[in-house]
Amino acid sequence: MLEVSELCVSYGAIAALRGISLKVEHGSIVTLIGGNGAGKTTTLRTISGLLRPKSGKVTFLGENITRLPAHKIVARGIGHVPEGRMIFSNLTVAENLAMGAYLRTDKAAIARNREYVFGIFPRLKERLRQTAGTLSGGEQQMLAIGRALMGEPKFLMLDEPSLGIAPRLISTIFEKIVEINRDRKIAVLLVEQNANLALEISGYAYVLETGQLSMDGASADLRKNPQLKAAYLGG
Amino acid sequence: MPRPLLALLAAILVAFGVSYFSDRIDPYYLDVMTGVGINIILAVSLNLVNGYTGQFSLGHAGFMSVGAYLSAAITLLLGPRLLGGAGGSALQQGLLFLGALIVGGLGAALAGLAVGIPSLRLKGDYLALVTLGFGEIIRVIFQNVEALGGALGLNGIPNYTTVFWVYSFAALTVYTVVCLVRSTYGRGFIATHDDEIASEAVGLNTTRYKIVAFVVGAFFAGVAGGLYGHFKLTITPTGFDFTKSIEIVVMVILGGMGNTIGVILAAILLTILPEVLRSVEQYRMIMYALLLIVLMLVRPKGLFNFDYLGIAARLRRKFRPARE
Repeated sequence: MLEVSELCVSYGAIAALRGISLKVEHGSIVTLIGGNGAGKTTTLRTISGLLRPKSGKVTFLGENITRLPAHKIVARGIGHVPEGRMIFSNLTVAENLAMGAYLRTDKAAIARNREYVFGIFPRLKERLRQTAGTLSGGEQQMLAIGRALMGEPKFLMLDEPSLGIAPRLISTIFEKIVEINRDRKIAVLLVEQNANLALEISGYAYVLETGQLSMDGASADLRKNPQLKAAYLGG
Repeated sequence: MPRPLLALLAAILVAFGVSYFSDRIDPYYLDVMTGVGINIILAVSLNLVNGYTGQFSLGHAGFMSVGAYLSAAITLLLGPRLLGGAGGSALQQGLLFLGALIVGGLGAALAGLAVGIPSLRLKGDYLALVTLGFGEIIRVIFQNVEALGGALGLNGIPNYTTVFWVYSFAALTVYTVVCLVRSTYGRGFIATHDDEIASEAVGLNTTRYKIVAFVVGAFFAGVAGGLYGHFKLTITPTGFDFTKSIEIVVMVILGGMGNTIGVILAAILLTILPEVLRSVEQYRMIMYALLLIVLMLVRPKGLFNFDYLGIAARLRRKFRPARE
């Protein structure tokens, strides 16, 4: 479905990604783990067109989307939930969701999507008229995911969904990610620092270290890998 | 008819009514009212750029001067030719003035487009500097073009500006900004302000939103410039320097970024305040500055930044008890 090959991205003189290649198959959950500054967020932002790569190629459903502007990439069916719950804090929950369907015109389909989002996150329905900035951290994350779903993506990228959220809510959010993947057949690329959780729900994983892939394999295998255990899984 | 449009028409009718009886109103109050109206147009239009869309522009006086010069040139040069030596009927004058204001606004909008396309890729302080530079360049150009009067400016501009024109355009500005921001399309302005990366991630073309805000804001600044020129009857380049831009920015900040009602109140206050403080002339600017500092310390989000719709809803509930 998505194929990234030899992607290089730099911020000025500093190289953030040095030739990354990865693949996401239809209907799968793939995770990208790694420490701070490894280039996880950069990878996602380059795929969704927010950053321009220096070289390399991004192919989505057979089409080269490397140099398309962000709004055209969204229109192709790639949803991006950015890091740090970037919701529109001055708009209401309902308006945030409406913004997620910004590029779509079919009202009936949008309404169906809304019902689906309320089905997964009933909390959002209760808070519909509330300004998004007043939601709790977990609710904001739900809203950010809900907003991305409103774009009817075929492929969803999530950037650190567990960041700054009450531990109790983290497992709920991850259950919902699995549910979305299963029900809607949406392929997921998950970026996480919480490697344990990420490996638990994903089928395949890539490990990123200072701009390069250091390891990849089936998530179940990686969980048993002693090197990885020492570095990311807490012994 | 939709309610906002009804409100717009009502405001224009009231403006016409006040204008009709303007002979009986003290000319001093009439002048203050006109000044207030022009500042409302300037502040509300700048609020679309600085408040709702979150782009810090310091070039509003520059766009205002483009409109002022363009519309004054039209009434001065074309007026006598079209209307004859006698000055024509009131209707003819009105139509000429309307045309001049709109051309002035469009000229300013064009300038907004020319400045906006290259500079709106910049953010925060950088954008502020570019727009500041633009305002100064425009001023220096007007100062040095002899055909536009050079440093002396343009004189003998016909006295066309009335309360009717000012408040009709003020109402139109408020109407346009409110409808734009409330529309599905317009939420993109607020989204761009709240988070640019998230906006792009849901598929908004944020650059286009910024340019639209900039161009619409510049258009109304140009119209305000035209009204100002035909009210003061003389325009000089120094009247549109960056202190004027700052004055408008202060109105927006004081009113509360992205709060149209608050910004209108701030425009009224900041126009009337210097008049009230006229008796202590020599200390006026000091008091004005102090007042601003205190206000920013006490209410950093704007003096008039309240949830007006919430207050209205609560009042309605209070006076109309539930029928269950």
